[in-house]
Amino acid sequence: MKFKCPECDGDIDAKEVIEGEILSCPDCGAELEVTKDKKGNFELRVAESEGEDWGE
Amino acid sequence: MTQTLSLLYDRVRVEEKEIINAAQKKGVELRPIDAKELRLDITDLSKDEIFGEVAIERCVSHFRGLYITSILENKGVDVINPFSVASLCGDKLLCSMKLAKAGIPTPRTIVAFTKEEAMKVLEEDMGYPAVIKPVFGSWGRLIAPLKDRETAQALLEDREEMGNPLYQIYYIQEMVERPPRDIRTVVVGDQIAASIYRYSAPDDWRTNIARGGRAEVCNLNDELRELILKAAEVVGTGVLGVDAMETKEGIVIHEVNSTVEFKGAMSVSEVDIPGMIIDYALQKARK
Ligand SMILES: Nc1ncnc2c1ncn2[C@@H]1O[C@H](COP(=O)(O)OP(=O)(O)O)[C@@H](O)[C@H]1O
Ligand SMILES: [Mg+2]
Ligand SMILES: [Zn+2]
Repeated sequence: MKFKCPECDGDIDAKEVIEGEILSCPDCGAELEVTKDKKGNFELRVAESEGEDWGE
Repeated sequence: MTQTLSLLYDRVRVEEKEIINAAQKKGVELRPIDAKELRLDITDLSKDEIFGEVAIERCVSHFRGLYITSILENKGVDVINPFSVASLCGDKLLCSMKLAKAGIPTPRTIVAFTKEEAMKVLEEDMGYPAVIKPVFGSWGRLIAPLKDRETAQALLEDREEMGNPLYQIYYIQEMVERPPRDIRTVVVGDQIAASIYRYSAPDDWRTNIARGGRAEVCNLNDELRELILKAAEVVGTGVLGVDAMETKEGIVIHEVNSTVEFKGAMSVSEVDIPGMIIDYALQKARK
């Protein structure tokens, strides 16, 4: 599957993706979350950044 | 009746992916639900069918997961882990106290509530080196060895400037003399799923996999198995990560984690940890 990075517009190639998964952009390093748009197509959005309460 | 499960997530890490796969393999309906998209009415507590009989709460954000757990429990949904377990394990102070009270060996820890008293803990009691930790948070975040007075003073000053009032709870622990590793055990209900040594990365003192730690299989002896299972029981039982350190005087258990990350354990162990989690959830759903 091919995506455009919402941060830098770079090309991102991903094999199989699932909703909620995080990809990182090979160009700019941004952390991107896989989501679905209203039509059910996969898209990428910039992921939340690490919070102080993150972890196990 | 067929059981339906849900998986509450905010990020799908390897662990969440594997839990979803395990359910699929077993033919179990597991609904992945993005917590970031939830809106929950907490004044209408009628049962919400979308969450199924049992919800597996796997949020990376502790407080997000904790509140969701409480809301779902109030709506009559069983949650893994229960609120009582997640809230206890999410707080290092409460968790250490619980372990100590149950007679489980745990590193000596003193708590103070101002920078000045924290300094006195170090100067007059604990000595150096010691370890300071925030009472909440994970992945070794802001956990620092205090090797001398200067380091301690600088660190406590930084701590004082931090916005969150929980940073003003000074949790100071003896520095345990241990090999450059600790022992992470994944416990599911009353069973040990897998146990690994976590070796710290060359440039880090902490052994967290999130800090680049490396996993190796660890074979537990009976005595240690028993101690680990007891620790899991003491915090209330669930899907847990029990962390232990080896000292000259024996094993100490320094924390129990409630949203256990088992990527490291999975990479070196044959055990189907995600499958065990699904079975455990089904077992709860039948009750
Ligand atoms: N008292 C201690 N003595 C020596 N090492 C420690 C001590 N406390 C923590 N560590 C190291 O730091 C790591 C992280 O500490 P821990 O209490 O488990 O917090 P976290 O919730 O961030 O994982 C541990 O896995 C261990 O490697
Ligand atoms: Mg830990
Ligand atoms: Zn990019």
